[in-house]
Amino acid sequence: MARLVLEEIVVPLRSFSVRLSLDVSSTMALVGPSGAGKTTVLRAVAGLVQPRSGRISSGSTVWFDGAAGISLPPDRRMVGLVFQDYALFPHLTVRENVEYSRRHKADEYLDRFGIRHLERARPGDLSGGERQRVALARALARDPEVLLLDEPLSALDAHTKADVRTELQQLLSGLEIPVLLVTHDFEDAAALAGRVGVIVDGELRQTGTPGELVGRPSDPFVASFTGANLLHGHAEPDGDATRVRLADGTVITTVGTGRGDVVLAVYPWDITVSTSAPNDSAMNSITGPIDNIAELGSRVRVTIGPISAEITAESLHRLGLRLGNTAFASFKATGTRIVANGNPNEEETR
Amino acid sequence: MRRAVVTCLYVGLAAVTLAFLALPIAAIFVHTPPGNLLDQLSNPVVKDAFVVSLKTSLIAQALILLFGTPTAYLLATNRFAGHSLAVTLVELPLVLPPAVAGVGLLVAFGRVGLLGSSLDAFGITLPFTQSAVTIAVAYVASPLYIRQAIAAFEATDPNLAAASRTLGASPARTFFRVVLPLARGGLIAGLALSFARGLGEFGATIMFAGSLQRVTQTLPLAIYAEFDQNFNATLAMSGVLVLISIVLLLGLRIGLTWQGSSSKRSLFLFGPSASD
Repeated sequence: MARLVLEEIVVPLRSFSVRLSLDVSSTMALVGPSGAGKTTVLRAVAGLVQPRSGRISSGSTVWFDGAAGISLPPDRRMVGLVFQDYALFPHLTVRENVEYSRRHKADEYLDRFGIRHLERARPGDLSGGERQRVALARALARDPEVLLLDEPLSALDAHTKADVRTELQQLLSGLEIPVLLVTHDFEDAAALAGRVGVIVDGELRQTGTPGELVGRPSDPFVASFTGANLLHGHAEPDGDATRVRLADGTVITTVGTGRGDVVLAVYPWDITVSTSAPNDSAMNSITGPIDNIAELGSRVRVTIGPISAEITAESLHRLGLRLGNTAFASFKATGTRIVANGNPNEEETR
Repeated sequence: MRRAVVTCLYVGLAAVTLAFLALPIAAIFVHTPPGNLLDQLSNPVVKDAFVVSLKTSLIAQALILLFGTPTAYLLATNRFAGHSLAVTLVELPLVLPPAVAGVGLLVAFGRVGLLGSSLDAFGITLPFTQSAVTIAVAYVASPLYIRQAIAAFEATDPNLAAASRTLGASPARTFFRVVLPLARGGLIAGLALSFARGLGEFGATIMFAGSLQRVTQTLPLAIYAEFDQNFNATLAMSGVLVLISIVLLLGLRIGLTWQGSSSKRSLFLFGPSASD
């Protein structure tokens, strides 16, 4: 498989510059908050914005090289770009949209994406999921060397999203070209891509498999972005362990090493909730009234003081948890990680 | 009670406005029985003026389309130093008194004008020729097309053009396959307005081209010339111009609805139309 390689590209934006290097084989996701410069990266690869410097190549073809003065126009870069709002041509039928690049008859693609019956419809008459299929079919009918997906799931309602995510997973796993997708949702990124890069203010904070990002977040932002609770406190080594005293006096035991002001990350799925003080191997316990209960399908987020725990809806009902009830959130020392050591103001978290 | 009075006041004012606008149009047709209209169409003055108007208008509109469309696209899709100056220049003829435009054209292209001697060297004399009528019409009518065209191009989603480029289309193919079809309704509307304005052109034409029957005498000029000679001819020509205006206005409405239906199918200016 040819690789898409971005070497130290710099694209100035209004308040910051996108600066990054990427090496994409198979599927990679860039994930970050909105305004982080994710779409700009895709547009730079497609040739719709010109970086100030750097190099972009696909396989052995150089698409952009600032130093050598090379910049292929978008129509000469073999990319399939699926826009966030799909950018289907409203005046053309589905078939005409798919055949726009004039490389293939639409039939194969209409069948492959199950949109044959819509060939005469216009984009305005399609549902969100159908539009995405047309956009994917149109992009792939161009024979791209690289597929770029801009927020592929954000234009869909929650109900459609789950189905489309599964469809997209299957499609991407069958593609033999590098895929670079951007999303603001870590869960979507983790579901769709083998490698994920967290991008903030135009720069990559950390790149790895979804498991690596969750297991070893490099900083508080990555930790919170991947779903962790962040606890600020003051650390003191104590034998093999480290004790972290939170602002409210609670002491958390962690296996990491640190001293001074630190940020601890605890993932919601590593936390158990009980109605009485736990008496098990969990070293840590935070108690307080339940501030919030948010149901996400069969899972429920329960917020107690500074942390959210994720439990099943079944447990919620078994324990009879209600807003305002006092509850205990407990987690093992091994379930915590020190993600920032030293000056806590250095990394502002969301 | 008070609300009823206010409602009556609104309805009354609206009725007066509409009657005021409709009355002169109605009066022309009341004074011009269909028989007279047909008789006068064989009047050589009327016939010549009609031909001059049609010919100069068509050429002028073709020129406006040819030069105005790329200009509008450039102004709509690029921001450069002097952009607002260029837009102001495009709009200037709209507010310029037509007689002033005529004087300007005369001192620019006339024999003693800025470009006159250069044109003279090529054996080209413009003032008081049919070409002068075309130039005067193009000058005063162009802003109506170009302004509308800029708005139409600005309203097309730039991502669609970007998508076209990433699908391998050249800038030219992108323009003709995506941008132009999407802006089509607005361009047609602009052209209809420009055509109507050009057809009614009087001030600049009489200054720059004079009023010579069969050469530079357009319908508005002939209306003025026949005013105290043959009032029936004046009425007949006025009737023709009213009819053309109504047809153009209808074309404009259809054009706008068309554009609406191609980009957003639920948008109708006049309720569900037959074209959809």
